[in-house]
Amino acid sequence: MSLKSAPKKKRWSWRSQAFRGLIYQIVAIGVIVLGVWFLASNTLTNMRVRGIQSGFDFLNQPAGFSIGESLFPFDSAESYWRAFWVGLANTLRVAVVGIILATLLGTVIGIGRFSRNALVRGLCSTYVECFRNIPVLLQLLMWYLLLTEMLPSIQNAWQAGPFFLSKGGFNYPIPIWQAGHAWALAGLVIGIALAWLYHGWARRQFEATGIIKSMFWVPLGVVLASALLAWLLGGAPSALDSPVKGEFSVENGGALTPEFLAMLLGLTIYTASFISEVVRSGIASVSRGQTEAAAALGLDPGLEIRLIVLPQALRVIIPPLTNQYLNLTKNSSLAVAIGYPDLISIANTAMNQTGRAVECIAIVMAVYLTISLLTSLLMNSYNKRVAIQER
Amino acid sequence: MNLKKLKAAAAVVATVGTLIAAPAQAGKTLDAVKAHGQVVCGVHTGLAGFSAADSAGKWAGLDVDICRAVAAAVLGNSEKVKYVPLTAQQRLTALQSGEIDLLSRNTTFTLTRDASLGLNDTVVTYYDGQGFIVPKRSKITSAKQLKNQTVCVQSGTTTEKNLTDYSKANNLNIKTVVFEKEEAATAAYFAGRCISYTTDASGLASIRNKVAPVPADHLILPELVSKEPLGPMVRRGDDEWFAIVKWVIYGLIEAEEYGITQAQVDQLKASSQNPAVKRILGSGDDTGKLLGLDKDWMSNALKATGNYGEIFERNVGPKSALGLPRGLNNQWNKGGLMYAYPLR
Repeated sequence: MSLKSAPKKKRWSWRSQAFRGLIYQIVAIGVIVLGVWFLASNTLTNMRVRGIQSGFDFLNQPAGFSIGESLFPFDSAESYWRAFWVGLANTLRVAVVGIILATLLGTVIGIGRFSRNALVRGLCSTYVECFRNIPVLLQLLMWYLLLTEMLPSIQNAWQAGPFFLSKGGFNYPIPIWQAGHAWALAGLVIGIALAWLYHGWARRQFEATGIIKSMFWVPLGVVLASALLAWLLGGAPSALDSPVKGEFSVENGGALTPEFLAMLLGLTIYTASFISEVVRSGIASVSRGQTEAAAALGLDPGLEIRLIVLPQALRVIIPPLTNQYLNLTKNSSLAVAIGYPDLISIANTAMNQTGRAVECIAIVMAVYLTISLLTSLLMNSYNKRVAIQER
Repeated sequence: MNLKKLKAAAAVVATVGTLIAAPAQAGKTLDAVKAHGQVVCGVHTGLAGFSAADSAGKWAGLDVDICRAVAAAVLGNSEKVKYVPLTAQQRLTALQSGEIDLLSRNTTFTLTRDASLGLNDTVVTYYDGQGFIVPKRSKITSAKQLKNQTVCVQSGTTTEKNLTDYSKANNLNIKTVVFEKEEAATAAYFAGRCISYTTDASGLASIRNKVAPVPADHLILPELVSKEPLGPMVRRGDDEWFAIVKWVIYGLIEAEEYGITQAQVDQLKASSQNPAVKRILGSGDDTGKLLGLDKDWMSNALKATGNYGEIFERNVGPKSALGLPRGLNNQWNKGGLMYAYPLR
């Protein structure tokens, strides 16, 4: 302890920075709370004055309208709650599939822009510049127009084996569920577990001996073989529910409607153009010296990408990629323009049947916020894993 | 410094707050309309015969004529209308929020809308029912043949629910494709995405005659699956304005009953000895005073649009492009449902 200690600061003084900070924060929170309270009470008062009923009680009433396509069966006698779930499932369906496809396509195009082949490079740049610069709503309308105007009518549907393509959408056979499929599913799970074990073993082998084991073909083979074996053990069920062409509609089997296909195409192709730029920036961020060093060590191009470029590129790629995933999910709300029954479409109908506009909008906002927060949570935790540990 | 900023911010918040806080006063629509010198009227974005703008931007149609008649009665000039084209989604909210004074947009009167949405149904201006349109080559002649078929429909209407009810009652398992905009829904139907499009029969006639590439290729099925009383709505809580809109429409209907046509308004006003006619035209009792309007309110409206029968014939009647029969919309003494309360 020094003799001359610093003059003691009073904790509860206006001169104390910490105290001032605390006051500012309390005031800021107060203003926000007041603002929200004011907006809410103003809305409620005005609604009451005008005799507009409010509340979420309508959610338990029967919806009374049917939904064109849904992942699980929905009857018009079921509640608005269920209808909202169907809409949410449809939104997630197009968003999840779209995210997967856009990531694959975007990665291919992004890598394509580094191609030594000028034609591939040019095509990839053209793709990006075209689709990135046209508003996504126009693209959705264009795909929908193409699918509904250009495809043949159901009577003259294009047929390839059990597959049909027409204005009615894309129809395909689906396997009829039997006990044998449960076996195959179990086999698949066991196969994945085995592949996981192999992965650990191969890694230890590599660290001990320096010999690189196959990390792709062997695990893939293990998974497929295990599933196939279990399927055969389960009696090899092969009965298919194939679509049958009627006069005005294709019955049975699985179906993808033109609305879903247009949404998927539009969102995938639009978002892929952004993702390819994200991937390109990630790869470009890895300095040339790194790849040259990898080549000098004798790594082949595949290993060079996997071991040197990708781990360094991913930390640049992941954060903006998360943005693109969020954008794709949010853009799926444009579905209402082309008749795909997503969450917004269901909410619109519910809003008009019940007149509960504020409530329906609140539900939709809460749902999109939740989806977006979950997505970024997931991506952030992945980002932490791939981020370079600085030592 | 910081404190100053904070104080300034608080002041701004407080001012903005008081500005938003003033709740809309009920019962002031007439004053507002007179002060602004215009009636703000919500109409359809484009439904030939009911409300559609021509190439010069001039609105015409049955629903539009109601707006014009109200403007003529209130302001003495049928041109003083500001038209706000609204989708089915937007229309009710636009009226609730006070964006428009009057919603004249082929809107169905239902209990939910009347009782729980802060709206008031005025008078039916068109008795309609929901029907189906199909391509003739489909060989479908009855709605009962729509089993397992795909039907296009616009969202935000009573149509969706009626369709589901009909499908269920007849065990048809109809699949729906729901679009936000009428244009998108009809485009999908004409592209062949759906075997049928469903909306009010009047709307179907409008679409067949104005949108279909070849009108003769399409058939409107005979079944009407619902009752659709269409008419203008006003905001709840302003009884004076509600009464004005209601009585302008009754006036138009009653004028037809007494044979007062657009061309004869001035002549009858000067010469007619019929007390009922004199009351309507303002040459007898001052009915306008009771509503807070001029004595000439109804004769102004009739000079602008003609009586209900003339409005019907001009916009949607048998001789117009839509060619709809008078049917239920005829006068009560001619087999229809148009029965105006007496103007006295």
